[in-house]
Amino acid sequence: MSEYDNNGMTLFLKIWRQKCCSEKGEMVNYTVKNISADVSFLEMLDILNQDLIKKGEEPVVFDHDCREGICGACSLVINGEPHGPEVLTTTCQLHMRKFKDGDTIVIEPFRAKAFPVVRDLMVDRTTLDDVITSGGYISANTGAAPESNAIPVRQENAELSMDAAACIGCGACVAACGNASAMLFVGAKVSHLGLLPQGKLEAQERVHNMVKKMDELGFGNCTNEAECEAVCPKGIKLTNIARLNREFAVSSFFKKNDSGTKQEWS
Amino acid sequence: MGCCSSNNNKFYYCSSSIGKKQLMAISAVMLVGFSIAHMIGNVLIYFGPKYINLYGYHLTSNLLLPLAELLLASIFIVHIIFAVILVVENYLARPVKYHMKVNSGRGANFASATMPWTGAIMLVFLIFHLINFRFGTIYMTSYDGIEVRDVYRLLIEFFSNPLNLVLYVTAMIAFAFHLGHGIQSIFQTVGINSPKYTPCIQKLCLLLSLVLSVMFSTYPIWSYIKSIQ
Ligand code: HEM
Ligand code: FES
Repeated sequence: MSEYDNNGMTLFLKIWRQKCCSEKGEMVNYTVKNISADVSFLEMLDILNQDLIKKGEEPVVFDHDCREGICGACSLVINGEPHGPEVLTTTCQLHMRKFKDGDTIVIEPFRAKAFPVVRDLMVDRTTLDDVITSGGYISANTGAAPESNAIPVRQENAELSMDAAACIGCGACVAACGNASAMLFVGAKVSHLGLLPQGKLEAQERVHNMVKKMDELGFGNCTNEAECEAVCPKGIKLTNIARLNREFAVSSFFKKNDSGTKQEWS
Repeated sequence: MGCCSSNNNKFYYCSSSIGKKQLMAISAVMLVGFSIAHMIGNVLIYFGPKYINLYGYHLTSNLLLPLAELLLASIFIVHIIFAVILVVENYLARPVKYHMKVNSGRGANFASATMPWTGAIMLVFLIFHLINFRFGTIYMTSYDGIEVRDVYRLLIEFFSNPLNLVLYVTAMIAFAFHLGHGIQSIFQTVGINSPKYTPCIQKLCLLLSLVLSVMFSTYPIWSYIKSIQ
C-alpha cells in the first residue's frame, strides 16, 4: 500500500465516448478517486480504465505508445488544449500535479475532418503519413557510410533543419487550429528535408506534392493565428510555415531541377 | 497520381490552399494601398470645401478613372470571393466541433479570430458607403466658373445625422481589427518571417492599421461637429 492511499485527488472527468466513426458520440461523466499527484495523465486514465473493467464496463480507448514524449502517438484535447495545459509537453509527459483535488477535466479527441474518430479518444491520423508519403524520396546513397565532410552543410541550415525535424507528427497543430490546418506539420516536413543538401534535389516537387496532398485530405487553410505554434509539444516555429508558403509560390512559378533547367512534374 | 498536368500548374496554384491565401494577401496589399491613398485624399476636407471639391473634380474628370474603378472593384471581388471560399472550407475542415476549446493566449487573438466577421461588416459598410457617396445626392457648386460636384455639402449633410456617424465609426472599429491582424498576416502568407525583423514589422503594421482607422474615423466626427456648429 502506498503512502498516497486515501490522500490522493478526486477528479471529475468528462470524457468523449464514441463506439466507432459512424456512430454519434457523447460526453460521459466519470469520477476517479485517490489519484496521486505523481502519476502521469495517461496513468490516471489507466486507473480509470481499471475501475471500468472491474465494473464490467468498456474501458476508454486512447492512443499512446512510448510514453516518453518522442513518438507522437498520444493525443487528447484536455480542458480545451491539445496535450493539456503544460507548454512544450505531450500528454504522456503531463503529470497530475498540474491539477487540483476536485477539478473537473474535459477530455476530447483531436477533432478534424482529416482525423476521423476510430473509437472514444482515438483518432485516425494516417492522413499525416499520407502527406509524408506524397513527398517522395530524397537522393541519399545507400551502402557504406559516406565520408562525413563529403557534403558540406551550412551550420544555420543544419540547426533549422534539426529544429524542424523535432516534429513528432502528433497532429496537435491540426487539433489546435481554428481551421484544422496542417500547415505547421507540412511546413516542418518541407523544411527539415529541404534545408539539407540531400533533400534539396527534390525540394520543389516535395513542396508541390505535399501541399496538394494536404489539400486533398481536407485539412483547412491557415489564417496565421499561431495556435499551432503555441501548443506544439516540440516548439516547431511559424517560420516553417512561412518557408512553406515561400517555397510553394516559387515552386509554382519557377520550377527548376538540380542543374537549374526548367523541369516539369506531374 | 499524375492528375495535375504540367501545363495547368498555374491554374492549380489558384485552387491550392496556399495559392488562394496568397491571392488574398496580394489583393489585400492593393486594398491597403487604396485605403492609404483614400485616407490622404480625405485630409483635404480639413482645408475647406474648395479643396476637397476640386480634388473630387480632378479625380472624376480623369478619363482613366473608370478603369481605376474597375480595377479596384475587381480587387475587392477577388478578396471577397477567396474569403468566402476559404471560410467555408475552413468551416468544413472540422465537422464535429469541440465541447471545450480554449485558446492558449499565445496565439490567436480577438482580431485574428473575427476576420470573417469584421470582413463581413466591412462588406456591408462598403455597399452602404458607395450608396451614400459614390451614388449619393449630387449637389453642384462652381469655382472660377467651373461647375463641380459639392461633395463637401453632402458630407456635412450626411453626417449631421448622428446615426450615420455612429455607423461609420463602428465600421472603422471593425476595419481596425480586420487590418490589425490582416496587414502583418500578409507577410507570413507570402513567406516573409524572420526572427530579426518580424517583431518590428508587426508593430509597424499595427501602427498603420491604427492610423488608417483613426484617421478615417476623424472625418465623420469632424463633419458632424461642423454640421452642428
Ligand atoms: C469588404 C469585404 C471584406 C471581406 C468579406 C473580407 C474578408 C476577409 C477574410 C475572411 C480574410 C481571411 C482571414 C485570415 O486570413 O485570417 C481577410 C484577410 C485580409 N483582409 Fe479582408 N475582407 C474584406 C475587406 C478588406 C479590406 C477593405 C481590406 C483592406 C483595406 C482588407 C484587408 C485584408 C488583409 C490585409 C487580410 C490578410 C491577408 C493575409 O492573411 O495574408 N480586407 N479578409
Ligand atoms: S506516447 Fe509517445 S509521445 Fe506521448
